[in-house]
Amino acid sequence: MSGYWAGILSILAINIVFAYGIFLPVATGQLNLGGAGFQALGAYAAAYASASFGLPVYVTIPLAALLAGAIGALIAFPILRTRGVYLVLATFAFAEVVAGSILNSETLGGAMGLSVPAFIDWQIPVAVAVLVSLFVFYLMSTRFGLTMRAAHDDEVVTDLMGVNIRKTQVTAFGLGAALAGLAGGLYAHTFSFVEIQGFNAVVSIYVLLYVLLGGTQTAWGPIVGATFFTMLPEVLRETLPTVKQTLATLVGITEPVAPPDESWRLVILGVLTVLMMAFRPEGLITRTMMERLQFRRSPSRAAAEVSA
Amino acid sequence: MLLLQQIVNSLMLGSVYVTVAVAFTLTIGILNFLNFTIPTLFMFAAMIGWALAYWGLPGGLTGPSYWPVALAVGIIASMIVSLVVERFTFRIMKTKYGDSTEHAIPLVSSLGFLLIIENLVRIGYGTDAQRFPGPSADLTMSIGGIFVRVPQFVSLLFVVVIVIGLNWLLRTSRLGRGLRAIAENPDAANILGVDMHRIVPVVFMLTGLLCGLAGALFAINYGEVSPQMGEDIGTKAIAGMVVGGLGSIWGAVLGGLIVGLTEVMTIHLFGADTVQVAVWGLLLLTLFIRPQGLFGHSAIGKGKL
Repeated sequence: MSGYWAGILSILAINIVFAYGIFLPVATGQLNLGGAGFQALGAYAAAYASASFGLPVYVTIPLAALLAGAIGALIAFPILRTRGVYLVLATFAFAEVVAGSILNSETLGGAMGLSVPAFIDWQIPVAVAVLVSLFVFYLMSTRFGLTMRAAHDDEVVTDLMGVNIRKTQVTAFGLGAALAGLAGGLYAHTFSFVEIQGFNAVVSIYVLLYVLLGGTQTAWGPIVGATFFTMLPEVLRETLPTVKQTLATLVGITEPVAPPDESWRLVILGVLTVLMMAFRPEGLITRTMMERLQFRRSPSRAAAEVSA
Repeated sequence: MLLLQQIVNSLMLGSVYVTVAVAFTLTIGILNFLNFTIPTLFMFAAMIGWALAYWGLPGGLTGPSYWPVALAVGIIASMIVSLVVERFTFRIMKTKYGDSTEHAIPLVSSLGFLLIIENLVRIGYGTDAQRFPGPSADLTMSIGGIFVRVPQFVSLLFVVVIVIGLNWLLRTSRLGRGLRAIAENPDAANILGVDMHRIVPVVFMLTGLLCGLAGALFAINYGEVSPQMGEDIGTKAIAGMVVGGLGSIWGAVLGGLIVGLTEVMTIHLFGADTVQVAVWGLLLLTLFIRPQGLFGHSAIGKGKL
């Protein structure tokens, strides 16, 4: 496998794990716009443990997940008291506080960043991504997954049915934080270097967009969203210069034109977001779509036929 | 005396935050919509103003324009963009689902617009900070030993006039009554004859106007514009809005000034690197202790997302 594809596969695996970290709270009805904060916690935990204590990878990466998860669960109690717009703002503020604290910390390298001695190749992120995906699929099929879905659809009714909403939300938020931290740990060891500028607000926005565009109804959504948006820049890197050259030829310019600006990719992501929200706001992959793909009659339609 | 000077400086910085925070609070208070395009509208007005003042119209149609004209065009451009955003975020949801305030959809769409506008500006004008050829920022006057920059002082007065005007508009005019009715209950307002399709764009136009003005003030006072300028100002304005209370105009004013004061004082006492922690810590603290903010109504912004 070439280095290029190994690199892409690693990024893809990390993005999938990260996307699942945001998916869990979002599927419970909590928009989390602080993903980069949790990823930064995990990345710095792994980087610090590896650089200062020389701990091996199989210790530092779980440590990253544990630390981010513990902090996530801890702040979930006050943060989940807020709702709606306030929750979005609170998670956003949390990420900024994490970034600011790390920036001011001498031990964590401040603005200089930390280099990570232990390096992992693509196999470990991919293996972790597969395990995490299986875990989330399992989780969504359990009773807990059902309560998550219920809390997302209607909080009041779910509460009246005797489900402990608070517990469900805090657990989903904490688990999500742990997964985001896990993604951070993988990131630190894959790139051998962490700097806080890499975990800014834009990262939080991207990962939330992956998840929402992929769809939050089933566990397939984050995989599809993360894969699509990780591969999109790579595909566009190849096709955009060709497109521009073709356009230039159409208007009569024959000599080669400079390749288009990198920012076009982000413009395309933005356009896709706006279009998706306008035409298919529930995301690319929906529950009914999966039911159709399984060639099974959905319970509601079967019931309709019986009564007819 | 030094402390007093710092307070004056923070007032000047705060006035930019106040203008953007009022734009945020207006859309949240009336439409329950956290509009993430606001920071980019702020940047857009200033960048268009800069481009016109520096180069003139694209394609060499005119030479560089005089800076007030350029900024006025920039403000109008940002109002137009804001109306485009309304079409694609709010109106589509309204016509499709009947009620757009209960969904996260407009919020996510506005995140998409944030990416589009900011990166288009980057493609057009590059990522570097540019010097705005406005009036000299050195133009100072001294009141009792405290230095006040004239453009900043003028813009502070300007902000005060805008806020009072906006308040007057909301309190007394027919339009304002419609806006307040929508804020209270969109469905009931619609049934009772408030024309949503005419009034909602007004909110977005006001948003564009306020952001454009803030961008122009920033360009004049600090003499520098860049495609990234909206991120910092926008996020601090959000902090100011939350501290003051969502949906309250006077809350946004006070909150913006508090954030300005916090920022200047933190830089004065602890250095520039701690500003993020101080401002966002203040925001988190507000959310934990008094989520409705100083003046906010507890019902605003709590809708399901």
